[in-house]
Amino acid sequence: MPVALEIVSPTRLLLSRPVDMVVVPAAEGELGVLPGHAPMIVLLRGGLVRIFEAGKETSRLFVGSGFAEITPERCTVLANEAIPLAEVSKREAADRLKVAESIYEAVDKNDVAAREAAQEQLYSARVMGDLAQAP
Amino acid sequence: MANLKALRVRIESVKSTRKITSAMKLVSASKLRRAQIRAEAARPYAERMARMLSALAASAAGSPMAPPLLVGTGRDQTHLILAVTADRGLAGAFNANVGRAARVLAQQLQAQGKIVKFGVIGRKGRDFLRRDFADRIVFDVTFAGRKQIEFADAEAIATRVRGLLREGAFDVCTLIYNRFVSVISQITTETQLIPTPVPQGEARATPGARQAVYDFEPTEEDLLARLLPQNLAVQIYKALIESAAGEQGARMTAMDNATRNAGDMIGRLTLNYNRTRQANITSELIEIISGAEAL
Repeated sequence: MPVALEIVSPTRLLLSRPVDMVVVPAAEGELGVLPGHAPMIVLLRGGLVRIFEAGKETSRLFVGSGFAEITPERCTVLANEAIPLAEVSKREAADRLKVAESIYEAVDKNDVAAREAAQEQLYSARVMGDLAQAP
Repeated sequence: MANLKALRVRIESVKSTRKITSAMKLVSASKLRRAQIRAEAARPYAERMARMLSALAASAAGSPMAPPLLVGTGRDQTHLILAVTADRGLAGAFNANVGRAARVLAQQLQAQGKIVKFGVIGRKGRDFLRRDFADRIVFDVTFAGRKQIEFADAEAIATRVRGLLREGAFDVCTLIYNRFVSVISQITTETQLIPTPVPQGEARATPGARQAVYDFEPTEEDLLARLLPQNLAVQIYKALIESAAGEQGARMTAMDNATRNAGDMIGRLTLNYNRTRQANITSELIEIISGAEAL
């Protein structure tokens, strides 16, 4: 019994196929999802979604942030984007880091929600830069 | 008797109008295809978001810490109406329908003693509502000259709306847009955005199905704090792209009718032209003949 994995962005369905296991970058640490997992809704942060099929890791996708809904049968990832790791670009990551830094500088430090959002964006851009392989 | 030169000029001008309308119809038809595909592609995200939100909201709505995006400010005094229209006209009643629906809603609310504010998306809506509610428009956005509407555009609008909510500038937010049903049918729809109407879980609709009890990580409050703004942006994005598809559909229908009307008109004018020409010839002949007989 595989897990029905779906990765959806606001503009389209990015991926939908049954996989053996998927590891998602939850806000409180990586979370592996096997069939029969307890139902959960988790917040995601910048990191890799790793897909395992037939005992091997078959793909790695970078997600900026998002949510995941897990039930015993399926795992639905809602992310603004999912870029195959090989295509994550250093330049893009550097640009995003600059944007995120300027947002963080400008944000009202007393507004907790806004500050946390800015921090998260900053974190996501840093992770993207660390993972980037393409120039 | 109409003069021949004037008729000829008239026929030419209607013919060139027909060329323009039929070209516009073809352009809209091809844009419609693309817009429709985009609108359909965006559906899965909205569906899944609604599913997660219903699970979350069900367990958080009762708590006193529930965020204002979900439960509102607890008042019902100031209404923000977001009207989504197109930037360009020549699309039949497409823009006027939204404008009229917004005006009717605003008048109803004002009759109940409420305060109404507008956020207008699209140039046509702004022009329409400026006539009656110029001082009530809080912000307006246009995408004139842009090829496509991106998700980031919807996010920008959502951020603005949230900013207004935080300042306490409104209590209830309603979105009015044209929902794309088919090429010939766009339905003007009103949706309440804030407080967020909680979609009913599927599990409850089908008795016997096991109601999933979710664990939340981090907490429900943290998740809701992230999910609700995203949901707002998704709702706005959905309205924007549905409206974009609807606009092309409405324009296609309008231009199809215009092309047909121009064709009918050309037919009538040509008939009139030919009759007039024949009448002229006949009267000239009569003059010649009667002149010859008089000799």
